[in-house]
Amino acid sequence: MKINLNSKLFNAPIAIALLALPFIIDALFGHGWVRITDFALLYIMLALGLNIVVGYAGLLDLGYIAFFAVGAYTYALLGSPQFGLHWPMVVTLPLGALIACGFGVLLGAPTLKLRGDYLAIVTLGFGEIIRIFLNNLNAPVNITNGPQGISAIDPLQIGSFSFGNSYEWMGMRVDDVHLHYYLFLAFTLLVIFVSRRLEDSRIGRAWVAIREDEVAASAMGVNTRNIKLLAFAMGATFGGISGGLFAGFQGFVSPESFSLMESIMVLCMVVLGGMGNVGGVVLGGVILVALPELFRNAAGPVQQALLGKVVVDPESLRMLMFGLALILVMLWRPAGLWPSTQRRREFDADDGVLQQEQETVYDASK
Amino acid sequence: MTPPSEYLIELRNVGKHFGGVVALADVSLHIKQGEIYGLIGPNGAGKTTLFNVVTGLYQLDSGAFDFAGKRYTHCKPHLLAQAGIARTFQNIRLFANMSALENIMVGRHLRTHTGIWGALTRHAAARAEERATVQRARELLDYVGIDRAHQTLAKHLSYGEQRRLEIARALATEPKLLALDEPAAGMNATETVALKALLQKIRASGITVLLIEHDVKLIMGLCDRVAVLDYGKKIAEGVPEEVRRDKAVIAAYLGGEVA
Ligand SMILES: Nc1ncnc2c1ncn2[C@@H]1O[C@H](COP(=O)(O)OP(=O)(O)OP(=O)(O)O)[C@@H](O)[C@H]1O
Ligand SMILES: [Mg+2]
Repeated sequence: MKINLNSKLFNAPIAIALLALPFIIDALFGHGWVRITDFALLYIMLALGLNIVVGYAGLLDLGYIAFFAVGAYTYALLGSPQFGLHWPMVVTLPLGALIACGFGVLLGAPTLKLRGDYLAIVTLGFGEIIRIFLNNLNAPVNITNGPQGISAIDPLQIGSFSFGNSYEWMGMRVDDVHLHYYLFLAFTLLVIFVSRRLEDSRIGRAWVAIREDEVAASAMGVNTRNIKLLAFAMGATFGGISGGLFAGFQGFVSPESFSLMESIMVLCMVVLGGMGNVGGVVLGGVILVALPELFRNAAGPVQQALLGKVVVDPESLRMLMFGLALILVMLWRPAGLWPSTQRRREFDADDGVLQQEQETVYDASK
Repeated sequence: MTPPSEYLIELRNVGKHFGGVVALADVSLHIKQGEIYGLIGPNGAGKTTLFNVVTGLYQLDSGAFDFAGKRYTHCKPHLLAQAGIARTFQNIRLFANMSALENIMVGRHLRTHTGIWGALTRHAAARAEERATVQRARELLDYVGIDRAHQTLAKHLSYGEQRRLEIARALATEPKLLALDEPAAGMNATETVALKALLQKIRASGITVLLIEHDVKLIMGLCDRVAVLDYGKKIAEGVPEEVRRDKAVIAAYLGGEVA
């Protein structure tokens, strides 16, 4: 049945829709929204990576954005005038993923014994440490350029083909935002594929077993240390890839982009969409990128039209509505908008005990 | 000295305390290959603690134990599972939100090898292993008599079914020693009879069983030998009939069930 879902995800109409999407969005809403779609894909990759750690293995990680930062800075430092290095993307992107993976293990190793709140606090600290490092590594030796960040980062490029240029193709103008869309889509599909395959495997079951009962899992022979490290490493790798793509797309990185708020945003995507379910996480990513943007664009004009002036700053209104939406979803659909079947059953009101009692009564009356 | 081959597991002067509470004091046990060995004693006697020590969940404070001729004094739980000790828990610890089948499949974890690469590529060997895992899990569900429940989440099973599923999950690890912590607790009379038959079947398949139970009838009817713990000390050991008449045991239970 899981294979069904896979094929459902990649069947022909959906494939065509995904390919045409940037041009449809472009035609309907304009260039800016294609750019937002690109960012949505980066966030979806991040959310899918975090989903492995939080959704599958049940390890609450509040510093996840650090891996995104590691990937982004790896790409930026090795492909910008900062050190005068211009390594190609095919090297820096995997390298960034690898270094992020290393940081994942680095974070995982000392926190193996921690769970729940304690783990959350430590990972939160880790995320902040990385950000503060990036902020301060401009003295005595200037590595990261501190708060100014790194600019003029090389565009994403494979061979001589740059995703940062515009091309004319069969009378159609294909811009950088379109090209990045396809590149990011390919990576997102890859990450989805990897997630689904892992989920439905010996490793994935071990992750869920640890989430459900770590003691029982270890007594059944699961090497909980290695399996947890693997979750951290996998999640971090996805984060690193996404970070590298982000740096190349944006052309500029600074520590500001990797604040705690970003970690929380990604976590919200996972929780809101449906922890442990790839489809739900993707949905969560789309919603949490699109809705605030919609709001930002709509809040000003609507106020202007209704009240004749802008009373509340659209930016703060955006965060307000965002918080409200989250609260509502958590009240009405605590398992997320599109939960995994497991989670849905977990939150089901009609509990098994009740069902059992009914069955017993039925049995007895036979 | 007894030759190592005769005993599957040997505990020598095992001690474990929690702060001032002595949970195990100088306990020595020798369990033979192929027997059903009962462990009884009043509440708080240290029975579960002994299980936790031999499955690596607690590290012992003194003494040592040998399993299948090897010393395992301070060892991680998964390595003891690897060595061939599997257990169930007094207060059932299934993977509540996984199906019955998946619970058992986790039990196969240490006897299978598919890693990241196999999971991603699903090469022939990985697929074959996955098929075999499902196959074995279904056999085990059938073996413990709950095969109709394979899709059901563990937490939605009845109490008796959960206890059976825990046994099936433990058997999936291919243990030499199966340690059961009060498997009959909460079962009705019919279920207990079925459990007894299941344990006999397991023993007949060559697996040594270590059984904690409060149900005296079950212990007496099933065990080859019984040890009695009281306040962390072993106060008696022998065939059930002998132990039943033991003065120290009767005193420990203060005219309770055993007397
Ligand atoms: N993790 C722990 N921390 C502190 N004390 C513990 C711990 N585990 C067990 N104990 C104590 O050790 C003693 C033995 O407990 P244990 O659970 O082994 O008894 P038991 O024989 O299994 O009893 P029961 O029949 O009630 O299950 C008890 O006094 C208990 O309170
Ligand atoms: Mg106990």
